[in-house]
Amino acid sequence: MERLVDIAQSSFLPLIEATIQFTLPLSIISFIFGLVLAILTALARISTVKIFQIIARIYVSIIRGTPLLVQLFILFYGLPTLGITIDPFPAAVIGFSLNVGAYASEVIRAAILSIPKGQWEAADTIGMSYTQSLRRVILPQASRVSLPPLSNTFISLIKDTSLASLILVTEMFRVAQQIAATNYEFLLLYGQAALLYWVICFALSLIQGRLENRFDRYVSR
Amino acid sequence: MISIKNLHKKFGDLEVLKGIDADVQKGQAIVVIGPSGSGKTTFLRCLNTLETPTSGSVTIDEQTVDFSKSLSKKQIMAFRKQSAMVFQHYNLFPHMTALENVMEGPITVQKQDKKLARKKAEQLLTKVGLGEKINEYPFQLSGGQQQRVGIARALALEPKVMLFDEPTSALDPELVGEVLQVMKDLAAEGMTMVVVTHEMRFAKGVADEVLFMDEGRIIERGKPEDIFNHPKEERTQRFLNLIQKTDII
Ligand SMILES: Nc1ncnc2c1ncn2[C@@H]1O[C@H](COP(=O)(O)OP(=O)(O)OP(=O)(O)O)[C@@H](O)[C@H]1O
Ligand SMILES: [Mg+2]
Repeated sequence: MERLVDIAQSSFLPLIEATIQFTLPLSIISFIFGLVLAILTALARISTVKIFQIIARIYVSIIRGTPLLVQLFILFYGLPTLGITIDPFPAAVIGFSLNVGAYASEVIRAAILSIPKGQWEAADTIGMSYTQSLRRVILPQASRVSLPPLSNTFISLIKDTSLASLILVTEMFRVAQQIAATNYEFLLLYGQAALLYWVICFALSLIQGRLENRFDRYVSR
Repeated sequence: MISIKNLHKKFGDLEVLKGIDADVQKGQAIVVIGPSGSGKTTFLRCLNTLETPTSGSVTIDEQTVDFSKSLSKKQIMAFRKQSAMVFQHYNLFPHMTALENVMEGPITVQKQDKKLARKKAEQLLTKVGLGEKINEYPFQLSGGQQQRVGIARALALEPKVMLFDEPTSALDPELVGEVLQVMKDLAAEGMTMVVVTHEMRFAKGVADEVLFMDEGRIIERGKPEDIFNHPKEERTQRFLNLIQKTDII
């Protein structure tokens, strides 16, 4: 028993370090890149330019139709065959960003389409350009609608970063694996990892609740 | 002030405006009436280039646009500034307060100084009787109040012409008066206005001229008392009978 407490205590710090150094940055950076990509993809999907629509559709279809792990393996183990070598961390960022971009684009597209046509027209009549309408009128309202589903995307992403251990990113789960390999306390180490993921996701859901309240100030309840 | 020549608008194969000619003098208030689907909304939207007409030309305050030619976005935007639209369903920005709604055009589009725009917006809201409500969100306002914010938002752009598309038809009867009063005051100040409405009180009291539209054409025009009391065209008579029966007077 005492041995287990010792192991739990001594592994705690490395797990936290890996979380702060890799798991969180990987999640946050990928989510930001992914969101930008998702907005562009959503706009391409609703644009009247056929070729934009087609490119966006193909991209979303490929990402959604293939496993994330396979995508990561192609980026990290596959591309060197073509002479393109990417370090583990950037490879993971690219993979996760592409993933978030595709899934979130559907959410954002639906949110934009849910804004009544009258909002575009009101923006038009006061002389706004397309980008001004988007920035000032449409996206602020669409972001309220898409906050809950996008929070889900973010939470999934945080858990999915554990897959990066398989392309050699020393994120939190990989560190847990490494420690467990030396002392064979698999249940303890993986349990600790699970607890840490849960704490992060729980904190996030608290932040989500606060954001929702902020957004809801302008709708009647 | 406004001169419209042979204006056509097609949606695909459907021709909705079949050659509209009209002139509006500076300071006049024109009321457009006509059955549902006759093209009244489309007509207004064409004047504000929310729809691009298929052909014809429109002049507002000496700026002429010929829609038979291909036009750049810039030309359309420049022309759009001449007029501003008030919508049937207000279309206020729900995520902005009344004040922010009114300031939005001047700040984002016209790049005006924020303080100045704010002061002007406060004045406009006071003018439409909402000086106490400037910090409310649209959902906290009644329909009539929302529509008055809509009018202030349009006025903030200092357009030469105000376009109203059935501004009171979504309102409860007891709220219609307050909106019409604001429009009446505007007309009295000499604002040039084109108003689609079936409010006969307004048409009789305020309009300098009434246009009757049917199937994409202006069938009859004249002074309100002439149109309402002695319509010449049979279609106008039938339409007036119909709306008088449904008691909109
Ligand atoms: N964007 C559009 N695409 C296709 N058809 C349209 C479009 N907008 C309007 N129409 C058609 O044009 C015709 C005229 O419509 P419009 O809205 O101008 O009529 P209206 O006189 O304003 O009618 P109402 O009194 O019901 O508001 C209708 O048949 C309508 O279906
Ligand atoms: Mg209409």
